[in-house]
This record gives sequence, structure tokens and C-alpha cells, in this order.
Amino acid sequence: MADNSRHPAILLEAIDKSFGPVTANRGADLSVATGEIHALVGENGAGKSTLMRILSGMYAADAGTMEVNGRDVSGWTTAAAIAAGVGMVHQHFMLVPTLTVAENVVLGCELTRGVMLDRVAAEDAVRALSERTGLIVPPDRLVAELSVGEAQRVEILKTLYRGAKILILDEPTAVLSPPEVQELWQVLRSLRDDGGTIVLITHKLDEVIEVSDTITVMRHGRTVARMATRGSTPQAIACAMVGREVALAGDAEYVRGGSSGQASGAPSLLLEVRDLTVAGARRAAAVDALSFDIAPGEIFGIAGVEGNGQTELVEALAGLRRGTGSIVLAGRELIGASVRERGDAGVSHIPEDRHERGLVLDYSVAENLILGQQHRFVRGATLDTRRVLEHARSLIEAYDIRPTDPELPARALSGGNQQKIVVAREMARDFTVLLASQPTRGVDVGAIEFIHARLREAKAQGKAVLLVSADLAEVLALSDRIAVMYGGRFVAVLPRDKATPDIIGPLMTGAERAA
Amino acid sequence: MILLAFLAQTLRIAIPYLFAAAGGTLSERAGLIALALEGYMLGGAFCAVVASHYTESAWIGMLAAVGGGAALSLLYAVCTIRFRADQVVVGIAINLLAIGLTRFFLRLLFDSSSNSPRVAGFQVEGSGTGFGALVQNPLVWMGVLGIVGVAWLLYRTPFGLRVRAVGEHPIAAASVGVPVARVRYIAVALSGMLAGLGGAYLSLDQHQFTDGMTAGRGFIALAAIIFGRWDPKRAALACLLFAAAETLQIRLQGTQALPSQFVEMIPYVLTIVALAGVVGRAVAPTALGRTTTE
Amino acid sequence: MTSDPTLHPVGEAPSAATTASIEKRASRRVAFEEAVLPPLVALVLAAVVGDVLILSFGQSPSAVYRLLLDGTWGNAYGFGQVLYKATTLTFTGLAVGLSLRAGLFNIGAESQLAAGGFAAAMVGVLLPAGIPALVCLPIFLLAAGLGGGVVGAIPGVLKARFGAHEVIVTIMLNFIVLALLNYLVSAKFHVPDTLHTPELASGALPRLSDFLEPFHGSAANLTILLAIATAIAVGWYLFRTRRGFELRAVGMQPAAAEYAGVSVAGVTWRALAASGAIAGLGGLNYVLGYKHYYEEGFATGAGFLGIAVALVGRGHPIGICVAALLFATLSQGGLAVNALVPKQMVDVLQAVVILAVATSVPEVRRLLRGARAGASRG
Repeated sequence: MADNSRHPAILLEAIDKSFGPVTANRGADLSVATGEIHALVGENGAGKSTLMRILSGMYAADAGTMEVNGRDVSGWTTAAAIAAGVGMVHQHFMLVPTLTVAENVVLGCELTRGVMLDRVAAEDAVRALSERTGLIVPPDRLVAELSVGEAQRVEILKTLYRGAKILILDEPTAVLSPPEVQELWQVLRSLRDDGGTIVLITHKLDEVIEVSDTITVMRHGRTVARMATRGSTPQAIACAMVGREVALAGDAEYVRGGSSGQASGAPSLLLEVRDLTVAGARRAAAVDALSFDIAPGEIFGIAGVEGNGQTELVEALAGLRRGTGSIVLAGRELIGASVRERGDAGVSHIPEDRHERGLVLDYSVAENLILGQQHRFVRGATLDTRRVLEHARSLIEAYDIRPTDPELPARALSGGNQQKIVVAREMARDFTVLLASQPTRGVDVGAIEFIHARLREAKAQGKAVLLVSADLAEVLALSDRIAVMYGGRFVAVLPRDKATPDIIGPLMTGAERAA
Repeated sequence: MILLAFLAQTLRIAIPYLFAAAGGTLSERAGLIALALEGYMLGGAFCAVVASHYTESAWIGMLAAVGGGAALSLLYAVCTIRFRADQVVVGIAINLLAIGLTRFFLRLLFDSSSNSPRVAGFQVEGSGTGFGALVQNPLVWMGVLGIVGVAWLLYRTPFGLRVRAVGEHPIAAASVGVPVARVRYIAVALSGMLAGLGGAYLSLDQHQFTDGMTAGRGFIALAAIIFGRWDPKRAALACLLFAAAETLQIRLQGTQALPSQFVEMIPYVLTIVALAGVVGRAVAPTALGRTTTE
Repeated sequence: MTSDPTLHPVGEAPSAATTASIEKRASRRVAFEEAVLPPLVALVLAAVVGDVLILSFGQSPSAVYRLLLDGTWGNAYGFGQVLYKATTLTFTGLAVGLSLRAGLFNIGAESQLAAGGFAAAMVGVLLPAGIPALVCLPIFLLAAGLGGGVVGAIPGVLKARFGAHEVIVTIMLNFIVLALLNYLVSAKFHVPDTLHTPELASGALPRLSDFLEPFHGSAANLTILLAIATAIAVGWYLFRTRRGFELRAVGMQPAAAEYAGVSVAGVTWRALAASGAIAGLGGLNYVLGYKHYYEEGFATGAGFLGIAVALVGRGHPIGICVAALLFATLSQGGLAVNALVPKQMVDVLQAVVILAVATSVPEVRRLLRGARAGASRG
């Protein structure tokens, strides 16, 4: 402990980690000094969480070295990490809802009196920690009854109770209200001032600037930049995150609010959404009284950090989630209609998760190409296998799906070709509006170009396209108008020529939320 | 007098339920469906009789029942935890295995397809109400202690805390270093031991093993667990309720007041009602039955 | 989920066309191996356990196995009994298999079978005498199907409506329905001094021995054709119809089925009702083909063995028919070898087969999928 100051608290070098065919980290580095708040930033899928899970012992790295306080700890276990004072607060809470706060805090290193659990001592310990850190939570309450902010405090208490000197927080503010965020910053600063080391995983630049001392930027599994926060601008960080020069901030001229109805010249509106509200699990409303229109031949892009209601919005439009308000497609009210009715009415949907929703992985390519339209490929009660195969062969050719065998299970195809199945299916049906959610996630460059071309084609045919993507570059490249979604609402709707990353970036991260 | 006799008979019927429900609660709270209680009980009943037949000691018979129940439950645990086999299928298979093994060894050891020779069991003196006999039977005391002990274990000890965590959110438990698989193995083994004792109570009380003598009691215990919403105290009350209904039915036999079959249905109907949420929804431990996917 | 990429080193890249055909063959081979390997493992393990039990009884395994085969497939009577038992097991196996395809576990085949048999027997009592069997048959099918179907629909509706776990509900319903039938038979409908209902007035199906003399004495009857027809119908429904396509999608990926416009709740209750109806039809084997009345416990255990049959048959109608024959052979074979070793040995072996299949399926899948992922990635 004596020579902590000589070594960095954390030193990760050349970390590689793959999950099957997906590479999460390749040669990632991280160096964090003792007693600092270190922001680990990057876009979704940049490999931040994976790297930190490796550090906390949840995953084993495929290659690379790890040092904590100068000691080589490569490949250690969760228990060893906890013992060495490394604690992680996960994005999805690791709390048992049916246990009390105190029980959750002591789980795994329980206080005992004889052979019995010492509940009083546990509650006292939590209270004492609460007083010391300002993380106030009633120790005897069930976690299920806590607010999100309180639950997060329990998570931090858990790590501190185990003597964590190095605290890793994964997207801690994603679920917090602004006052709760401010409280969290205070707690983190006081922990740092007591000599603690904090790694903050985030992609919200305002947070980075506000609270961190040092910044490491990751992109595509690699570490691409390390800088001191003082003197860094959001633009510089954003540039490193996205990997491209971004223009310096001009005056942000954008249109605020919802239904501005800026149809790009087209007279009629194809999709009119009014006051669409969807209940969420945590927030009162995941989608909060949204109103917008999409004109024929328009691509309406939604930019935003994931988890701000995009999924709920698209699923409510597709009929997979109950919503209130009004959804009118070409003059027809769709709210309350079933998924199939909406499909027949002209709603086409590329879902964000092809492995869960978009494909039945053990079905053949041909079968997947009729998924959702199976009722149109029937002869009496049976599926018309010949037509299904003909349909498959023509789409496989038109969309260059490989391998070309329609009877191969979808599971056997690469990610890009799997996504092409989904895109082919949804674009080949008779539709008037296309809901494209993360259409190019996890696919290779060639497939991305191909899918983008298809989306432009839909636009050219006069379809209305709703594009949701976590990839800002994609939204910018394709959309005619861009809405920025934050906390279930549109914080801005911008025409394409007004939308630049340096305007949208801060909006996405809520930086100018209150401005 | 009649009331006392009624209570004594209720308790007597309830003891095997209490044993099995105590074990089953522990297993289910750790996330493993207690579908094989019937099998553990049958195995325990048989082992108790075999061991006391050869050693002429009811106590050793009791220990053998613990061993028999533990062996079957560990087989269940290995299949479901180590090999991630489906809990429902394995549970059913263990029940069938217990039936088959007891039948086979009944033939092998005693050359009978229906019952074992008589064994002494615990020496008890009969009395008017039947309470006298009950208090002299150590297994009665253990049955009561068993369910109290499981409640104590679950809510008062570190192990119990871990069981509850593992059955509810195993990933969270693992993230703080709780050895999830080990906790589950222990909980399941204990469930087999307790249910095995329940079987020993049955066979030693009747002084012999008869084929299929558990007659669905393991499932009544499972019903009691669900009806008691996975809480040992409430499960114990459910066991007593089901046993009281049975006692009533026996007492009313011949009076034509209510056909016995309808009394038999009570535990099962109540369980379905509880599951359907008509009176207070029964919510199972979240990770129950999920060892296949983790 | 992670797989070992070091398995199956990959050589030079073949052309796209050959890759496609190689992949296709490989994936079919893996699917086939996934389906067939676990039952083989199970049989080997059962044979080992069987040897131990036989040796413990001081007999020679080879003699016992020979006797087992002689007493089942070795003579017409034994084979007839195998066919009779396999008929009931085919129905219960198909019932469980259909529910499994929808991702549901019907443990209630035991009581659905009894309810179907009882309903058919009751209808048979009501029918006037002298109606040709062929005319009665649709009525009996309807009665047995409804009897089992209603019992199956209850857990289906409770699951679809309240999310009540179908496993627990079907187990509990087994006890309830069997107690109810016990009451109905013993208190209302039995022939005095027996525990069975009166005989059918008409509609009995001929035994196989009416056409083939060697089957004389065995209970095998024309219901077997009904079982085969049901297997074909289930296969057709699952793999040819749109509803079957949707049902399997719900079983594999409920979220994808929902996305495809399928009502998951609707599929849930319909699948369980249909499963119950198929199990109910199994009651006809006894009521129409064998004793011509309903009797308490006429097929005890056939419902639970249906789970084993569906599992070993890997949920495919052809596999289920084969597995039904296997389990029927075991249970008839138990009787045949009873002179040498207790027939109860078979109960143990059946349990071992279920355990081994259940345990090796996920393991085999992991191994094969791991190997395949390694091969296709390289």
C-alpha cells in the first residue's frame, strides 16, 4: 500500500477479448492514477464495459496484462478483485430485489453472530457508511421498493462495504434524474478526495467535462486517445470518439420541440403520430407524448443515446408494445391494431435485435424471408412451399444473400447476411412506412453500404422511413430531418442542413437539455 | 377429546408433508424446482426400512433415509446444475427412478413385489387420543424442527441469505463472489435429506415399506410450498391445512357428507387458484427452473 | 454461449458455391447428430445400468436380453402386445411432443388420457346398439378429443391469461381429474361389484388378431392405425401448415413470433388444448380396441412415459413412433424376463433413459454447436 503513488492504480495493456465471432476489445490500454476520476468514453459497442468487466474479474481476457497498484492481476476472479479493493457498479443493477438493502450490501461477506446472520450489525454498518459518504438509503427496506437512484446508491455502498478503493461505474447516470446526477457527482468527488480512484464509463460528454480529471477514449475495441480533462473540449472528445474531424461549434440553430411538420416539400403526410405515450419499466413514460409526421419520400432519423425511448417508440409503432395517443398511416388510425393488421396496412419493420426478434435462427433462410407474412404464402391451411422457395430465391439474388441456399438455417449465416434477410423481407413486402431500427448494427462494411442504398431506394419510391440508429454518422448520412431523442422526448428536430455532429452531440448527451 | 384426537391425527398426517415441504422450500428458493420430492420420500422410506431391517435399529434406518434422499437429490442436482438438463424432465425421471429402484430392490432383497417384512420402527405406546404415540416418536419432533429449522436457515443465516439471493438473481450473487453452484448443490442435498426423513416417518410408522407408499405426498408438499408462497411458515400452515382436510375426510367416512375424492382435490385446487392469482398472486423465485440457460 | 474456436482447424478457403453446399451438408449433419446422439447415449447407459441390475440378481445379461427380445419381437403375441402398448404411448408422446414444440411442457397427459377414455366410454354407453364402428368412430374421436382437450385447455388458458406455470398446473390437474374420474366411476357409473363402466353398446374396433391369426390373444387393435394417422396429422400440422409454422416459432423464439404477428397467448392455449386432445384420443386404444369400457387405472404411467417418448423421439412424429415402440418393447420385455430378473428392472431402465437423454441433449448441442461455430468461423 505504501508505494501506491509510484504505480498507477490501474494499468491495462493490450487487452484482447472476443465473444465468438464478435471482437469486443483488441489491444485496449488503460492507465488510471490513484485518486482521480477517470472517464472512459466511447460510442456504444466501443468495448468500454467489456474492458471494465475484465478488470473486475467477470470476464477473462484472451490476451494482455492487468496490473492493480503495481501487482500483476491478469486473469483474476471476481472474488479476488473484490478482495483487492476493486468494485464495479453495473449498468444493470446487480441487486436482489427481494432482499433488503442491508442484506444486499453484505451478501457474500456476511456479518455473523455465532452461526447466525447479524442483521443489526449489517444495518448499522450500512448506516455508518451512509453517513460517511452521503449515500443515504434506509437499510431495512426491500430493494424492490427503492427508486432507481436509491438502488444505485446501494450498488455503490456494496462496493465500499467491501473496501473498494477503485470504483468502476458503468453508465451510472443513464437512469438518474438531473438532481440525482448532481448528488452522485458529489459523492464521487468526496470519495476521490478521500483517496479513492474512480473509473466512470460514459458516453455523455457533459458528464465527462463536469466530473472527470482524465479521459480515455475508446473506439472499436481500441484505446484511441488519453487526455487531461482540463483543456479538453467536448468537440475534441467527440472527434476522438467518432474518429473523424468535426467542425467546431457554431451557434446552435435548431428547431425545438415536436411536431413542426417540416415535410420536405411533399404535400401529404404519410405517417402522423400524435401524443404517443408508452409506459416504461423505470421511468413513468418511456415515450412521453411524442408527436411527429413523416412525409412520403422522407427519411426521418432519430439520433440519441440508446435507452432514451427509441426502442419503445419503434415497438409501439409496430404494435409490439401498447401505447396511447394516435398513429395515423395514410389516413388510417393504427393505435390498437395488431402487429399483423399493421403489417397488412403497410408498416414494415426492421427490428433492432435480429437474433431475438428479427429472425427465427433455426428456421431456414426461406422461412425467415416470409416471417410476418406467413399468412400470405398459404394454399389452404398449408404453407405454399414452392412459392416460399421462389420468393426466397428471388430475394437471395436481389439482395445478394450468401450462401445462396434458401434451405440453410439462418443461424449458419454471418451477421451481415442475416441482416440482409431481414432487410430483404421487410423491403420486399408491400409497405408504405418502414421502421428501420439499428439497421446496420454489427454488420460488415459491404452490407452497410448495401443496406443504406436500399433505404435510399425506399425513399426514392416515396415511402416514409423512420430511421433509428445509435450511429450518429448513419443518421446524418441518410436522414432528411433529424430528431434528437432524450428521456423519451424529442429535444430537437433539425433539417439535415442544420444538423452537424457538434450540434447534435451535446443534445444527445443531454448537455443542453435545459438550455 | 375428539378435538385432541383430531389434532393428533392431523399432525400425524402432516409430518411427512412438513418434512418434504421444508426440503422443497429450500430447493425452490435456491432456484431448483422441487418436482422430485416424491422420489426422495419414496427412496427415504425404502432405505429406512431396509437399514432397520438389517440393523434392527430405527435410528440407523433414519440415517439411511437421509442418505437415500441425499443420493437421489444429488443425482438431480448434478443433472440440472452441472449438465444443465431440464429440471422438469429430470425431476420426473427421478420420481420414476425411485419407483423403479424401490420395486427392484424389494424383489431383490425381500422377494416381494408389494411390501417389505415388518420392522420395529420407533417404540411407542398407544394412548387414547394418539398424542402419546406422537410425542414419543422422534421423527415427529424432527418434522416440526425441520420446517422451523429451514425457516431459521433461510432467514437467519448467511447460507440462507445466499440461497435466497441465488434463487432470485444468480448473476448478482455471482458478482459478489457467492459460489452459486455450490449453494445450489447444498440446498438440493438438504432437500433430499429432509424429504427422505419424511419417507422414513411413513415407513417406520407403518412398520414396513409398501410399493408406492408415498402416494403423491411429495406433490402435496409441492402444492403446500406454492400455496404457502415459498415461505416455510406459510408452507407449514398449508401442510397442516391439507392434513386437517384429510383428517376430516377420514372422520367423515361413511357419512356421505362429502365424497372423499373431493377432499383429496383440495390441495391441488387451492394451488391452481393460488397460481392463477385469484387470491393474492403466488410469485415464484425469479430464477426458479432456470439452470438450463445460465 | 462461447465456443472453442480451436476445434476443427480450417484449411484453404473453398469457392463460394462449394462453401454453400458444404455448410448445408454440415448443418444438416449437425442437426441430425443433435437429434440422434442423445438417445444412443441413453441406450448405451441404460444397457450398462441394466447389466449391473441383472448381475446383481445373479443372472447373465446376454440371456436376459435375449429373452427380452424373444418375448417381444420374437413372437406374434409378444409383438402384438408391444404394438398395443406403443399405440397408447404414441398418442401421449405426440401430445407431449406437440406442446414441447410450442415451448410448453404438458405433464398432464396422464389425466388427459384417462379423461379421453372416460368420455369415450360414456358416449359408448349412450349410443344405441348395432351402429357400424365406422359410423361411430367420428363420435368417439370427438368425445375422447374433447375429454382430453378440455383438461388440456385449462392450463393453457391459465397460462395465457395469468401466466400460471403450465408444469405445476398440469401436475395438480392430474390429481384433480383422476380423483374426479374416480368419484364418477365409483359413485355413479360403475357396473356393480367392479370398478369399470358398462361396456360400449356399439363402436368397438376389431383387434389385429381378427385379420392375422398369430396375434391371437394380444390386445393390439385397429386403434394403431389411428395412432399412425395422428402422427402423420401432427407432422403435417407442425411442418406444413401456417399454424404449425407459427407454433414452432413461438416455441423457439417467442419474441420473434410476436414480431411476426403471432399471438403468443393464443398459440399457448391452443397448443395445450390440442395436446390434451391428442392424449385423450389415446384412451380409445383401451376403450374401443381392448376392453370396451373405462376402467380406473387402465393406462397408469402411460402419460408420464409419454414425456419420455417425446423426449427420446426428439419431438418429431417419426421419432416419437420409434420411441413409443422402444418404450413399449421395454415394458412388455419386462414381463418376458420376469422369470429371470424382476420386471421392475424395466422401470429403472426407463428412468435411466429419460435422465440420460435429458442430460446429454444440452451437452451434445453445446459440443456440436461449438465444433460447428469453430469450423464456420475459420
